[in-house]
Amino acid sequence: MKGTLNTQFIKRVIFLLLAYVIVQLLVSTNIINEYLQATLVTICINIILAVSLNLITGFTGQFSLGHAGFMSIGAYTCAIITMRMSTLAGFVIGTLSGAVMAALVGFIVGLPTLRLRGDYLAIATLGMSEIIRIVFINLDSITNGAAGLNGIPRFVNWPWLYLFVVGTIVLIRNFLKSSHGRACIAIREDEIAAEAMGINTTKYKVLAFIIGAFCAGIAGALYSSYFYYIKPDLFGFLKSVDILVIVVLGGLGSISGSVLAAVLLALVSTYFQSFPEIRMILYSLILIIIMIFRPQGLLGSKEISFAVFNRVNKLFAFRKGEK
Amino acid sequence: MQLLAVEKLTKSFGGLTAVLNVNIELKRGELIGLIGPNGAGKTTVFNLLTGVYVPTSGSITFFRDDAKTKTALHGLKPHKICKEGVARTFQNIRLFRDLTVFDNVRIAMHKNVKYGLLAGLLHLPSYHREERDIAEASMELLKIFKLDGKKDEYAKNLPYGEQRHLEIARALATDPELLLLDEPAAGMNPAETAQLTELIKWIREKFNLTILLIEHDMSVVMKICERIYVLDYGMLIAEGTPDEIRSNSRVIKAYLGEDVSNA
Repeated sequence: MKGTLNTQFIKRVIFLLLAYVIVQLLVSTNIINEYLQATLVTICINIILAVSLNLITGFTGQFSLGHAGFMSIGAYTCAIITMRMSTLAGFVIGTLSGAVMAALVGFIVGLPTLRLRGDYLAIATLGMSEIIRIVFINLDSITNGAAGLNGIPRFVNWPWLYLFVVGTIVLIRNFLKSSHGRACIAIREDEIAAEAMGINTTKYKVLAFIIGAFCAGIAGALYSSYFYYIKPDLFGFLKSVDILVIVVLGGLGSISGSVLAAVLLALVSTYFQSFPEIRMILYSLILIIIMIFRPQGLLGSKEISFAVFNRVNKLFAFRKGEK
Repeated sequence: MQLLAVEKLTKSFGGLTAVLNVNIELKRGELIGLIGPNGAGKTTVFNLLTGVYVPTSGSITFFRDDAKTKTALHGLKPHKICKEGVARTFQNIRLFRDLTVFDNVRIAMHKNVKYGLLAGLLHLPSYHREERDIAEASMELLKIFKLDGKKDEYAKNLPYGEQRHLEIARALATDPELLLLDEPAAGMNPAETAQLTELIKWIREKFNLTILLIEHDMSVVMKICERIYVLDYGMLIAEGTPDEIRSNSRVIKAYLGEDVSNA
């Protein structure tokens, strides 16, 4: 038992290192050029956003339309700090304080709004993210208003991105496999029964909100540090919907689904850049087609794991007539 | 020894009084029935006891540690009441349908989990240790209900009778002192009902429980309950042993109507 656990762990580490090295090689040999690098960064940021929103919406069952709001808090906090402290330490401090600020706002907003259910919560969170956006527009002296902040120092590169993506996924996956995470999933399944089984539903809804906001803050910080420039309009309602689309497309309640959907959508979007006139039409068509044939999302609530590879191996072994 | 004292419990919804001045007293280790015609307010009493509703007036007191500590349950939230040691099942089964049988039971053990959020996020040794204990305890519980072979089945895919069993198993996973069963035999055939009756008797001994159950099937109530409370139109109309209840004219009237009792 212990042995299999260890080999599984080693397999995972090897897989993660391999993925890192391959992309790093592609970047350093310039096969992933400057243009494709932007796609790579978008993919990584979207993975963090989608996985963290999935924790709130897919696993805890709380429909949130305000994820871009949390992202913007991380982006602005990190930008303001790194512009005054343009060192690697500044970037690390900026990213972490961005995440903490977002989590703090998540807590303050979550406590009253998470009493609401379904559509009501969606509207409340939407209102929250709009308030955040308006605050950034009007805090002229710090945020430079609607024009936004320009010339944010760039520290983000592939190692940093990879570190934060893997960190987010591992943290949220671990959480969901713990008793605290199961409490969140129970709330999605049946709030009354969860409460009757001794789960403080308010506490765990807010906790999911805080963890989700924390990760969204990191994503925002990475965004501002890579793209030099942020303005409040980047984090509007449509950005929240974009993230939600990734989550629903990948499957509510599937971490690997969110990752897959984030990669797929970014690649589709990049590929269609060559046909700018019909880009959004094709993009929307793909979404509609997937939703018609896979209404539960690409992966539903299932996860891709190494068990899948084992099953494939077994299948081949069977075909060869072995047992 | 006293376990639960309900005094003058009243609940009104606007102009409708669903429960009026109900007094119930449970002693440790008793198996008590709560019966009454449809709409008498039985489930409302359960919902008041478990904190789903807040009483309009009256008190609910829970005695623990050999009646040394008293806790007022009225006004507490459901999860707090569960932590005090009161667990329940639901009339219309409320399992976590899209989760496995195993997870349904594991979730109910949450209130006794000691490792913190950090240990959960980082999977520290305390996490592994406690999770192993939770898994073992869950499997033991599932074995009692003969569900261990189906631990990875989704709850929604279980046959009806087994869903009822799983709900009881889940309630027991919260490690209660008082178990409230809301129509556990509803929808079961006579053979299943007989089996369930034995099971209820057995878990009371095994887990050292006090049980309050709502049931329409008189074969269950009359066979295993030591005392019975009868509710009609929100008020208690009778209380006593099964034999007393069986011959009580007010109870017969409430169940069968005026004419029959006169005939």
